[in-house]
Amino acid sequence: MRDVAIIGVGCTEFGELWDKSFREIFVEAGIGAIQDAGIQGGKIDALYVGNMSGGRFIEQEHIGALIADYAGLASLHIPSTRVEAACASGGLALRQGIIAVASGYHDIVIAGGAEKMTDVDVETTTDALASAADREWEGVMGATFPGLYAMIARLHMHRYGTTKEQLASVAVKNHHHGTMNPKAQFQNEITIDTVLNSVMVADPLHVFDCSPISDGASAVVLAPAEVAHKYTDTPIYVKASAQAGGTLSLHDRKDITTLDATLAAAKRAYEMAKVTPNDIDFAEVHDCFTIAEICAIEDLGFVKKGEGGKATQDGMTAIGGKIPVNTSGGLKACGHPVGATGVKQAVEITLQLRGEAGKRQVDGAEIGLTHNVGGTGGTAVVHIFGRER
Amino acid sequence: MSVPRFWRRLKNLYNLIGTQCKKCGEYHYPPRNLCPKCRRSSLIVPYKFKGLGEVQTYTIVHSSTKDYEKHTPYILAIIKLDEGPSLTSQVICDHAQIHIGMKVKSTFRRLGEESEKGMIYYGTKFIPLEG
Repeated sequence: MRDVAIIGVGCTEFGELWDKSFREIFVEAGIGAIQDAGIQGGKIDALYVGNMSGGRFIEQEHIGALIADYAGLASLHIPSTRVEAACASGGLALRQGIIAVASGYHDIVIAGGAEKMTDVDVETTTDALASAADREWEGVMGATFPGLYAMIARLHMHRYGTTKEQLASVAVKNHHHGTMNPKAQFQNEITIDTVLNSVMVADPLHVFDCSPISDGASAVVLAPAEVAHKYTDTPIYVKASAQAGGTLSLHDRKDITTLDATLAAAKRAYEMAKVTPNDIDFAEVHDCFTIAEICAIEDLGFVKKGEGGKATQDGMTAIGGKIPVNTSGGLKACGHPVGATGVKQAVEITLQLRGEAGKRQVDGAEIGLTHNVGGTGGTAVVHIFGRER
Repeated sequence: MSVPRFWRRLKNLYNLIGTQCKKCGEYHYPPRNLCPKCRRSSLIVPYKFKGLGEVQTYTIVHSSTKDYEKHTPYILAIIKLDEGPSLTSQVICDHAQIHIGMKVKSTFRRLGEESEKGMIYYGTKFIPLEG
């Protein structure tokens, strides 16, 4: 296997992009990444696109061909593959791209993700997102996506004494980080009271505990590490790419407050990168709901099980804290166009490791981790990146 | 969910019929064709659950998908059946009464409806065992 590097990144603004179509946002992100890498389109060997539900959100399948064609690559006959694992589609597309380069099958690969969620009414979006869970045994019983995470939160509070204020502190922190990210959907500060006084979605989760419905796209250019310096002075190296599965349904989980897919993916990633959780300087984790970030920092080994809420409240995961988490604003404030999220996490890590993250720059960032989850934990993808190979 | 998909599951949804693997003794609800423990050597038979269990965790859903919006707010829960497996369902009781560890029993109820003229879903929900 060859080592792999990121040599270019691109990302659209995240938000309600009424005046832009699905194909336009993907191409915007892709062109951004290609320009950043300083390569020509003819150099591209393959394209991987993370997309959860083109069929439901824009009534369009065959996303791979659409994207390649609209990017002007149809005449080059570049293979273009759509990858799906619900909200982990982006992370999975990135991993497929990395595998393609690592194996030697391709040299220059674009891994991207895109979702256009605001072209349909909110009920359709909610229902499409609910399809990340088991339709026949969860959805049909009235389970919504926030409802499932609310049940994780309820048990976490019961078992570990996690409070609603601690849940809210995740959203407050991520909104604060979002104020420093010009591409974030929400760039405004909020308070604990903003969260606690907002509309209840599924008790104990308020609307401000939930990531928003977003449009957006992101892309990275991957190359073999040995030639990365030909394209850029600051290649960012992929130190580990790991994916793990778990039960599709939350009710089948051994422990409802633990995403065992995250545990398994993290273990593989740490082994592959030969690092421990202590070596990680900062991370982008899957905070689709505030409780999800608390579970993530526990399951990734940054804190002990049950201590995620307190650690967040104490500022451990804020910029300036021991391990900054979701410097981009996370899914909560940067936005969560589901197929794009996993790739956007890698874009943020790359900007931080290059020292190009502007006001939200983490001092001394050497090793960063991304964590992308599909559904309530049926899929987890963990990547570790470093400035050094 | 489409009519054929629902129809195929009627006996499971109405009567809480799952499966048991005769090889290892493990019960499954929802039903499985393959035992996760014994896989290819599993010996799967249908099993009707007693319908008794305990609330493992719950939420009160205020914002639902279209088919269930007439029922909001409702209690969604994960219930661990006495035989071992856990399932997702709803608990019908006073919202102040619901708690983790609550003993419940199954009951036949309307789940949701597609529209005024659309299909009505029925299935198994749970009620408190006592009081």
